[in-house]
Amino acid sequence: MFLIKCPYCGEREQSEFSCGGEAHIVRPKNPPDLTDDEWADYLFMRKNIKGVQFERWNHSNGCRRWFNIARNTATDEILKIYNMGERPPKIEGNDLKTPSGEPEIGSGNISTSFKKE
Amino acid sequence: MHKKPKKYSVFSLIRNAVSYHENWQPVWRSPEPKKEYDAIIIGGGGHGLTTAYYLAKNHGLTNIAVIEKGWIGGGNTGRNTTIIRSNYLWDQSAALYEHALKLWEGMSQELNYNVMFSQRGVMNVAHNLHDVRELKRRWHANRLNDIDCEWLNREQVKEFCPIINTSPNIRYPVMGATLQRRAGTARHDAVAWGYARGADAMGVDIIQNCEVTNINVKNGQVTGIESTKGSINSKRVGVVTAGHTSVIANMVGIRLPLESRPLQALVSEPVKPVIDTVVMSNTIHAYVSQSDKGELVIGAGTDGYTSYSQRGGFNIVEDTINAVVELFPLFSRMKMLRHWGGIVDICPDASPIVSKTHIKGLYFNCGWGTGGFKATPGSGWVFAHTIANDEPHKLNAPFTINRFSSGELVDEHGAAAVAH
Repeated sequence: MFLIKCPYCGEREQSEFSCGGEAHIVRPKNPPDLTDDEWADYLFMRKNIKGVQFERWNHSNGCRRWFNIARNTATDEILKIYNMGERPPKIEGNDLKTPSGEPEIGSGNISTSFKKE
Repeated sequence: MHKKPKKYSVFSLIRNAVSYHENWQPVWRSPEPKKEYDAIIIGGGGHGLTTAYYLAKNHGLTNIAVIEKGWIGGGNTGRNTTIIRSNYLWDQSAALYEHALKLWEGMSQELNYNVMFSQRGVMNVAHNLHDVRELKRRWHANRLNDIDCEWLNREQVKEFCPIINTSPNIRYPVMGATLQRRAGTARHDAVAWGYARGADAMGVDIIQNCEVTNINVKNGQVTGIESTKGSINSKRVGVVTAGHTSVIANMVGIRLPLESRPLQALVSEPVKPVIDTVVMSNTIHAYVSQSDKGELVIGAGTDGYTSYSQRGGFNIVEDTINAVVELFPLFSRMKMLRHWGGIVDICPDASPIVSKTHIKGLYFNCGWGTGGFKATPGSGWVFAHTIANDEPHKLNAPFTINRFSSGELVDEHGAAAVAH
């Protein structure tokens, strides 16, 4: 569990919020022209990133307003909170050393060093 | 060629006892990777090891490597609550999970390795009228698919599991339950070790502490992998990496409908035997069984966001414990000893993907979400068939990636008996 600083209400527990999944997925402009594969891609396919992911969140047990979060899904650190409609921010810092972030021997999560705002 | 492993028996136990158990041979070798294999399996969990095992056993393909980033049994195979059952609603799922259950029934004999499979029954409890209707529907569907299932009323529930609270005055009273008597539990890491030993005995190389860093593709055909132990060539690569499937898929630009989330479980202090079955409840969201060591094994739900952190929120644990204590008031003063999270890959229809891809020679076995353990042998069986023949087995033909385009989803959201 982590804390989320709602831009409207301040810092609250994550359990007050609902995650709306990947952000910046644009509804296709020409729905009648889409193939089944294109619909499937829009409806179902997700990046599901390990590392910095841009997500929509809703303060569902609070002010019920939507906003975006840039979050490191490897460590659950929140890197930036920004408004709906804004472009995804640039996050500076070092990503995982290997695709899953494994140390040379053994398993587990190693930390990344993304800059928090 | 390497030496065939010695068979385990009461005689080998006595022989090794007199030498103070110092001369047991390693259960599998730890080879360095070769330059080239006939097939590479990425992921040394239960599903990956069974895939390698059945590729060797059923399809004669023994020049195989299993690449594991951590150690065998250290991922989700060792992080689940070990429940095995096949009482799924839809024909497609029922066939797949029932095939797996039949393999479980002969597993210890086949592997010469005790996986402690215990058919103690799984009881899915109903707490309201909707539950009763849904579970009765599933009961009838199971019977039509030749899967054993019974309906128990409240008195029969109490008789089958005497410690359960069937008072009509609790917040979510017990109104009945389905029972699959052939269902049960197994020792999860023994399953991984047993299949690793079996695959290794047929010549499969199990390479631990080796992480795949890239997948090489040339003209739409897989040519091999890059790893932390160098590049390894193979024209066939099977990806069985559960929560990390998207990490591999993103290397080759394959889009999958998966979200990875933490799923938590916890284990109590050991006590005398009190519960000799598995009790699951969808509505109040908990499941509990007792291990052979005497610990209560309690499963929670997933956290509602993408995370690879292998830990979840305390609020989820609290909800689960509330539910368990209401159903079993005698557990209220027990101490929980350990608690952990595994990263599960959840599909929109809560059914797996065992499929070819548009890249030739690249196969995915993923999306098992919160309920992959029970399918371990069946999953490997059908995935081995898919890799060996470049065509799905009839049991996994409905579980392709293409179902998300065609709309033929296998909606099993009710099947886990806990809501996701």
